[in-house]
Amino acid sequence: MDLTWGDEEEAFRAEARRWLTANLAAWREECGGEPASGDTRHGFAQHLLWERRLFEGRWAAVSWPERYGGRDASLWQWLIFEEEYYRAGGPPRVTQNGIFLLAPTLFEFGTPAQQDHVLARMAAAEDLWCQGWSEPNAGSDLAGITSRATRVDGGWVIDGQKTWTTRGAFCTHLFGLFRSDPDAERHRGLTYLLVPLDTDGVTVRGFGRLDGDEGFAEVFFDSAFVADDAVPGGVVLGGVGEGWSVAMATTGSERGLTLRSPGRFLAAVDRLADLYRASGPDPLVRDRIVDCWMRAEAYELFTLQAVTELTGSRAAMGAESSINKIWWSELDVDIHHTALDLLGPAAEVEGPWAKGWQFSLSGPIYAGTNEIQRNIAAERLLGLPRR
Amino acid sequence: MRFALTDEQLAFRDAVRDLLSKQCPPDVVRAAWGAPPGALQRGPWDALAEMGVLSAMSPEGSGGMGLDFCWMVAVLEETGRAALPHPVVETVAVLGPLRAPEGMTSAALGGTPAPCAFDADQLLVDHDRALRLYRREDVLLEELAAVDRARRLGVVKALNGDGEVVADDPAAIEAAFDRGALGTAAQLIGVGQAMLDLTVDYVKERRQFGVPVGSFQAVKHRLADAHKALAFARPAVLRAAWSVASSAPTTGRDVALAKAMASEAADHTGRACLQCHGAIGYTVEYDLHLFLKRAWALSRAWGDSRWHRRRVAAAIGI
Ligand SMILES: Cc1cc2nc3c(=O)[nH]c(=O)nc-3n(C[C@H](O)[C@H](O)[C@H](O)COP(=O)(O)OP(=O)(O)OC[C@H]3O[C@@H](n4cnc5c(N)ncnc54)[C@H](O)[C@@H]3O)c2cc1C
Repeated sequence: MDLTWGDEEEAFRAEARRWLTANLAAWREECGGEPASGDTRHGFAQHLLWERRLFEGRWAAVSWPERYGGRDASLWQWLIFEEEYYRAGGPPRVTQNGIFLLAPTLFEFGTPAQQDHVLARMAAAEDLWCQGWSEPNAGSDLAGITSRATRVDGGWVIDGQKTWTTRGAFCTHLFGLFRSDPDAERHRGLTYLLVPLDTDGVTVRGFGRLDGDEGFAEVFFDSAFVADDAVPGGVVLGGVGEGWSVAMATTGSERGLTLRSPGRFLAAVDRLADLYRASGPDPLVRDRIVDCWMRAEAYELFTLQAVTELTGSRAAMGAESSINKIWWSELDVDIHHTALDLLGPAAEVEGPWAKGWQFSLSGPIYAGTNEIQRNIAAERLLGLPRR
Repeated sequence: MRFALTDEQLAFRDAVRDLLSKQCPPDVVRAAWGAPPGALQRGPWDALAEMGVLSAMSPEGSGGMGLDFCWMVAVLEETGRAALPHPVVETVAVLGPLRAPEGMTSAALGGTPAPCAFDADQLLVDHDRALRLYRREDVLLEELAAVDRARRLGVVKALNGDGEVVADDPAAIEAAFDRGALGTAAQLIGVGQAMLDLTVDYVKERRQFGVPVGSFQAVKHRLADAHKALAFARPAVLRAAWSVASSAPTTGRDVALAKAMASEAADHTGRACLQCHGAIGYTVEYDLHLFLKRAWALSRAWGDSRWHRRRVAAAIGI
């Protein structure tokens, strides 16, 4: 056991902190004040300025190899960076679905040509990736997707519809699952495809999430022809018909370690405690803040434990990522709910807490609902029988 | 940075688990329910003594192994898993680092009742601004009827003489209390895990409506939540052990977090486990109640979760 950071890590932290402080201020100045929400067209453009700054400073994807703009940072350093990022008040990452969901899959299943092309442009925020899994009739039951990819000479013809696609209206590319074998059922006969959204026959319609911002999109495919070389290195990720197992690797990262690091919640709880101090003592609310603080702290410790295992003998988080996802998503809701109660009548006025509250409510839904996560935890961690 | 037990620490834990599975199966806990005061079976205790567990945290010069708390959390978790009735936290973790225990040591700090009070050889009492060790004959005790009879509680009524002062510095007294709270937190994780394991086995076997009741989502979700509560409380306990071992300035806060989380996790797990068993869990003829009642007791011993949450609040400045 050693819960202290080494000199190298402390130096990394100091460097990240200096860079973030200076550049967040410069970015806000560049935007002429507090930037708009990254889920609006205008705000998204402002956030791209930030993403490009991150890339230029080599902070866009710290754990990636240097040749793709990363720093070959360890998981430990990644955790430190995230902690500093949220402590400094860094904005939500509008490139996250590419960097945290597609990229891990590319590292695992991509060909060198795909990796070379896609990863570098992703880190630089030149290509912007959205996740095309859900369909109107396939949410939790993802294996029920019906959007088809038909093999033709030189490429694929896609028909069907994706929905709930985060920031789809502002992205340039979509990674998604399509049924490539019409005779196969459920998990079989699916292919993971990389699709440029400017392909003829692809229509994207953005629409309002709970907070009204255009953060959702539905994507229609109407005999859209996607050439094999529409993405250099090829549009199929993993093998044809292998889409399910390739996709499951991404869900591991989405629920597991990388999508929501502890730093985010530690920072939110600190802001909550500040709000409490400014609002005056109230024993009922005080205990709820303690509760949130303890849970954020426990989340950090759980993560340190997981990283120790992952840098040692363990290959992946596996089904543990399910309880992890329940933990952070429920914590996020409770942090924001407590803040609204502290604000009282002022909570109905638009502001960062009201915004955060609305977003927090989606945590138990996206990345596999918490009901699904509880099923997974019960079946895979406890070994309870499936129905 | 490395947040995990070492292979040696895990091996020590496994050895204790193995020992207790033989020496302290549920019928030994049941026997502790019925044995008259002073007549607790010493079998598991003597076996732990022989393995060196009881003096593990005592200074090497005094015949102990001088092990720090990181070594002990997993071991104490095992004593919780077995619902060991003997006052192992008091002996090993509270007194142990101060001086090698001579026999079974119970403790009654802050006026709380002492577990296995009539069975112990000595009692640790905080009296007149010091932690004092008394031989049992020098303590007048009154028996208390505990809900968990294996707690074998006695309350201190009078003390004969001054006892032996083992700590008089307020910081040392507080540290001893924290070790008691942390050891108990570790035990609570084990008690909770025992209940969860028992329940998982049961709901896989028990059939209703033609299927195992463990296939029902309402059952699954409760048990998944219990697993989650224990899985997140466990690293909090381990971190507090590191804080104690390294005399971190945040030790008080970290122990409070650990005890609050472990108390709540065990309490929560107990309720889920009882419900998922149905009536079989509601009888003293089945083992669940041995653990359930231990969880109720330990979650409030050495500061309940509200008390520790107030400590956390003060530590984080709200
Ligand atoms: C903010 C946000 C962003 C999103 N971004 C994306 C994105 O970028 N790309 C993408 O592809 N998708 C995205 N999604 C969609 C998300 O993946 C789905 O919402 C999710 O998988 C649930 O599917 P559903 O909404 O169809 O709900 P349904 O599956 O219809 O579920 C409805 C309710 O039934 C429950 N339920 C369903 N099945 C079970 C079961 N077996 N056991 C118990 N309860 C069950 C659910 O838990 C839920 O409470 C996003 C969603 C949100 C809210």
